[in-house]
Amino acid sequence: MNVTMRILLRSLMVSAWFVLLTFPVLCVKVAARQHTVTVLWERAVGMFAVMIGCSLLWMWYFHRKEHGAESGSSAVSSALAGFSEKWHGLTSNRVFSSSGMGVLLAVGVLLPLVGSMYQTTIFANAFLYVMLALGLNIAVGIAGQLVLGYAAFYAIGAYAYGLLNQYFGLGFWVCLPLGGLLAALAGLLLGFPVLRLQGDYLAIVTLGFGEIVRLLLNNLRDITGGSQGVASIPRPAFFMELSAEQSMNYMYYLTFAAMLVTIVVVARLKNSRVGLALQALRDDEIASEAMGIDLRTVKLQAFALGSCWAGFAGVLLAARINFISPASFTFMDSAMVLSMVVLGGMGSISGVVVAALVLTLAPEYLRAFSEYRMLLFGALMVLMMIFRPQGLIPSRKRAYSPAGAASGSAEGGRA
Amino acid sequence: MEFDFQYFLGIFFSGLTRGSIYALIALGYTMVYGIIGLINFAHGEIYMLGAFTALIVAGILGGIGLPWWGILVIAALVAMVWCSAYGYTVEKVAYKPLRGASRLAPLISAIGMSTFLQNYVQLAQTSNSVPFPRLIPRRFSFLQDMGNFMAPGDFIMLVTSLLIMVALALFIRYTKMGKAMRATAQNRKMAMLLGIDADRIISLTFIIGSALAALGGTLIAARTGQVGFAIGFLAGMKAFTAAVLGGIGSIPGAMLGGLVLGLAEGFTAGYFSSDYEDVLAFALLVLILIFRPAGLLGRAAIQKV
Amino acid sequence: MNRNAAHPVLRVSSLSRNFGGLRALNDVDLDIRAGEIVALIGPNGAGKTTFFNCVTGIYVPTEGDVFACRPGMETPVRLNGMKPFRITELGLARTFQNIRLFPSMTVLENVMIGRHCRTKAGILGAILRDGRTRAEEQDSVDRAYDLLRELNLAEHWKEEARNLPYGAQRRLEIARALATEPFLLLLDEPAAGMNPQETLELKELVLELREKFRLSVLLIEHDMGMVMSLSDRIFVMEYGSRIAAGTPEEIRHNPEVIRAYLGESDNA
Repeated sequence: MNVTMRILLRSLMVSAWFVLLTFPVLCVKVAARQHTVTVLWERAVGMFAVMIGCSLLWMWYFHRKEHGAESGSSAVSSALAGFSEKWHGLTSNRVFSSSGMGVLLAVGVLLPLVGSMYQTTIFANAFLYVMLALGLNIAVGIAGQLVLGYAAFYAIGAYAYGLLNQYFGLGFWVCLPLGGLLAALAGLLLGFPVLRLQGDYLAIVTLGFGEIVRLLLNNLRDITGGSQGVASIPRPAFFMELSAEQSMNYMYYLTFAAMLVTIVVVARLKNSRVGLALQALRDDEIASEAMGIDLRTVKLQAFALGSCWAGFAGVLLAARINFISPASFTFMDSAMVLSMVVLGGMGSISGVVVAALVLTLAPEYLRAFSEYRMLLFGALMVLMMIFRPQGLIPSRKRAYSPAGAASGSAEGGRA
Repeated sequence: MEFDFQYFLGIFFSGLTRGSIYALIALGYTMVYGIIGLINFAHGEIYMLGAFTALIVAGILGGIGLPWWGILVIAALVAMVWCSAYGYTVEKVAYKPLRGASRLAPLISAIGMSTFLQNYVQLAQTSNSVPFPRLIPRRFSFLQDMGNFMAPGDFIMLVTSLLIMVALALFIRYTKMGKAMRATAQNRKMAMLLGIDADRIISLTFIIGSALAALGGTLIAARTGQVGFAIGFLAGMKAFTAAVLGGIGSIPGAMLGGLVLGLAEGFTAGYFSSDYEDVLAFALLVLILIFRPAGLLGRAAIQKV
Repeated sequence: MNRNAAHPVLRVSSLSRNFGGLRALNDVDLDIRAGEIVALIGPNGAGKTTFFNCVTGIYVPTEGDVFACRPGMETPVRLNGMKPFRITELGLARTFQNIRLFPSMTVLENVMIGRHCRTKAGILGAILRDGRTRAEEQDSVDRAYDLLRELNLAEHWKEEARNLPYGAQRRLEIARALATEPFLLLLDEPAAGMNPQETLELKELVLELREKFRLSVLLIEHDMGMVMSLSDRIFVMEYGSRIAAGTPEEIRHNPEVIRAYLGESDNA
C-alpha cells in the first residue's frame, strides 16, 4: 500500500525529529561545575518508540479526517461518542439517574466507614476539586469567559477563614458564608473593569489578578504570615468533642454535602433563564445584547457566582487541612482546575464532575502516574482541544416540553 | 536624603539590562500575536528551555579548554537552534490543527503546552535549581576604566540584545521575508492570494521568536548563574506585560515596553522594596489591558509586525 | 395631546455618525408611523446598516436625535446613547444582515432568548426553582414554540440553529426578534440570498406579521420587487445622506434615485 508506506516513512521521520529535538534536555544531564556529563540513551530509545506510536495515531486521524471517512471521525472518537450517548441515555432515564445518584450517595456516605483515613482524605480532596471545577464551569463552560486566575478566589476563601479565625476568633460556620461573600466581592471587583474585555485579554487580566493576590499573600508578612502561611486553623465545632479521625470524617461529610449542593445549584443555574442568557453570551455577545440581554448584569452574575463557589471551597480546604500558604494557590492550581473543565466538557455538569474525580483520584491510586500528573494535564488540554473540544461527556441539551408540541415519545408514533 | 548619583546610575543600567531581556522575549509574543492573534502562552517555557539547553552545552564544553566567550557563543547558538525547533514543533502540534476552531481553543491549548513543557523539563532534568557555569569574568578592564557603572554580565546582555533587536528590525523592514511577514500580519487572506505561503510565514515567526527567547534565556542564565524549570512562567508573564505595555502586535512597542518595564521594576526595587517588583509588573499588566489595551504607542502606532 | 395626531413610532432627525474622519451618516431624517412598512434603500456602502446600528444602540450617533414611541404612549423616548438591550426592552427588535443566531443553541432556545427581557427570574429563582420561576419558564417555552409555529419552524424546534437551512435561519431570526414583543421590527436585508419564491413568501410573511402583531416595520432591502410591493414609504440613501423619500410610485420616478442607481447619464 502506497499510502501506508508513506505514512510509515513519515512517522519514522517525525520520531527521529522528536528524538533529536528532545535529546539535549531529555537525555543529557550535566553537573556543570564538576564537568560531568551523563547521557541517558535509554530515554532516546523510549522517546523514539513512543513517538512512532503517537505520530502514527496522529497521522491516521488527520488522514481519515481529510479523506472524509464516511463517519468523519476516528474509531476512538466514535467510541467516545457512543459512550457519551449511553451516558446521556443513562442519566436522562429518570429511574436510572435517580438510582445512579443513589449509588453515588451510598458510596459517598459509606466510604469513611469502610475506607481508611487515607481514602477519606483523598476523596474529600477530590470533592473539593469537583466544587472548584463546577464553579469555574459557570464562567468558562457556560458563559465562555476564560478565567485563568481562579485559584485567587479559592485563596481568598481559605485566607478569609484562616485570618478571621486567627484575629477575631470567628468560627467555621460564620466564615463559610463570609468566605464565599468575600470571594464573590473580589469577583465583582475584578468583573467590573473587565466587562468589555474579551477572550484572551480577559484570560490574561484574570491571570494577572490571580498572581497579584498570591504575591500579596506572600509579601504582606505581618498580616498573612507570608510564605509561612496560616497554621493551626481549627476544624468546625460539633456538638461534642471529636477525635482526630472523627473530625476528619466530619469534614469529609461536610465537603461531600457541599459538593452535592454545588452539583444541584450549577445544574439548575445552567438550565435557567440566566443560564440560557450566559450560553447566548458565549455564542455571540452582540446578538445577545441586541436581543435584550444586559451583558453587564449577566456577566457579573456569572463572575460573582463562580468566584463565590471558589470561596466556599477555600473555607472548606482551610478547615480540613488546618494550614494554608500561598504555595497552594499558584497558576498551576488554576490550570489544573481548568483542565478538569476542559476534559469533562465545557458547560457539561456530569462531564466535569467525572473529570474532576478522575483527575484527582487517579494520581492517588496509580502512584506511578502521580509524578506525571501535571505533564498529563498539560498534554490533555492540548489533545482535547484538537481531538475532542466538546469534552468527554459533552454538555447535554435540555429537554423542553412546549404545550403545542408532540411530546418526545409520541413524536415517532406520529410520523 | 542626599541624591546618590552613582546609586541612581547603577539602578538605571540594571533596569535597562533587565528590560532588554524582557524586550527580547516580548518580541516573540508580539510577533506571534501580530500574525495569528494568539497569546503564545508557551513562549516563556521556550525561554526556560533555552536556558537549560545552554546549560547542557556549556556543561559539555566545559572540560575541553575553550575560552569563556567561545563557550558562551556556542551555547547561545545551540540553544537558539534547538529552541527554534521547539517553537516550530509546538506550533505544528498545538496550534496549527486549531486554526479556525473556536477562539478559546488555541489559548487553552497554549496553556496546556506551557504546563506540559514545564513539567517535561522538571521530570527530564530536575526540580531543583541548577548552577550555571561561571563563564563571564568578574571584571572587564575597559568597564572599570569607565567608572565601573555596569557589571560585565549586564554589559554583555545589554549590548547583545540591543544588537539583535536592531538586526531584527532591519530584517523585517528590508528583506523579502520580512515584508512577507508584515503583509501576512496585516491581511493573511490577501497575502495568501498574492502567493505568500502563510504557513511558512507562521513557522518563521515562531522560529525567530523562539530563537530570541533562547538567547534571552542563555544570557540570563549566564548572568545569574542559576537555572530552574519554573523560571519560564514569571519571565514569560513579564515579557508579555512588556509586549502589552508597548502595544501588542507592534515590534517597536515590544522593545519600548520591555525597556520601560525593566526600568520601572528596577526603580521600584531600588528605591522601594524588591518585594513589590513582581506585583508592580502584574498590576501594570492588568491596568493596561483594562484602561489602554492599545498600549503605550497608542492606536496609531499599532502596526502589526 | 390629541390621540389622532399620535407620535410616529420612530422619529430620526439630523442623524450623523463619524468614524474617525469618515462621515458614514450625514444629517439623515426618517420617521415611521404606527403600522407602516418603511424601506431604506440605497447602493452598497450608503450607510443603511450604520443607520440601523445607530437606531438599535450598537453605535452611538455623533449628532442628531433618535426618538421612539410605543403606540399609545404619551411621550417619546430618546434613544441616543442607550444600550442595545434597553432599546430592545423598549420595543425595537432587529435582525442582522449576516445572520447572527446562537449557533450552538437549539431553535427553541434561540427564541427563548428573545423572551429574556420580558421575564424576570434571577439566580435565586434558578436555584430554588419555585413555582413562579417554573411557571414563567414554561410560559417562555410555550410562547417561543407558538412563534416557531407562526414562522413555520415548529418541526425544527429541537435542532441546533446552525443546522437549519439558510431560509429557515432568516425566519428564525425574525421569530427571535418577535419574541421580544416589539412594536417596531427592523429587518436588515431579510431576503438576501433567497430565491424569488422564498422572497415572495417572505413578503407575505411580513404583511401577515404586521397585522398579527400590530407591528411597524423598517427594512433594508436590495430586492426592488419586494421593496416596491411591500413598502408604504421608501427612503433612499447614498453616500451617507438621504437623497429621496416618498411612496414607491414617487421613488420609482425620482430622477435623483435613478441617477444614484444607474449612474450619471447626461444625454438621457
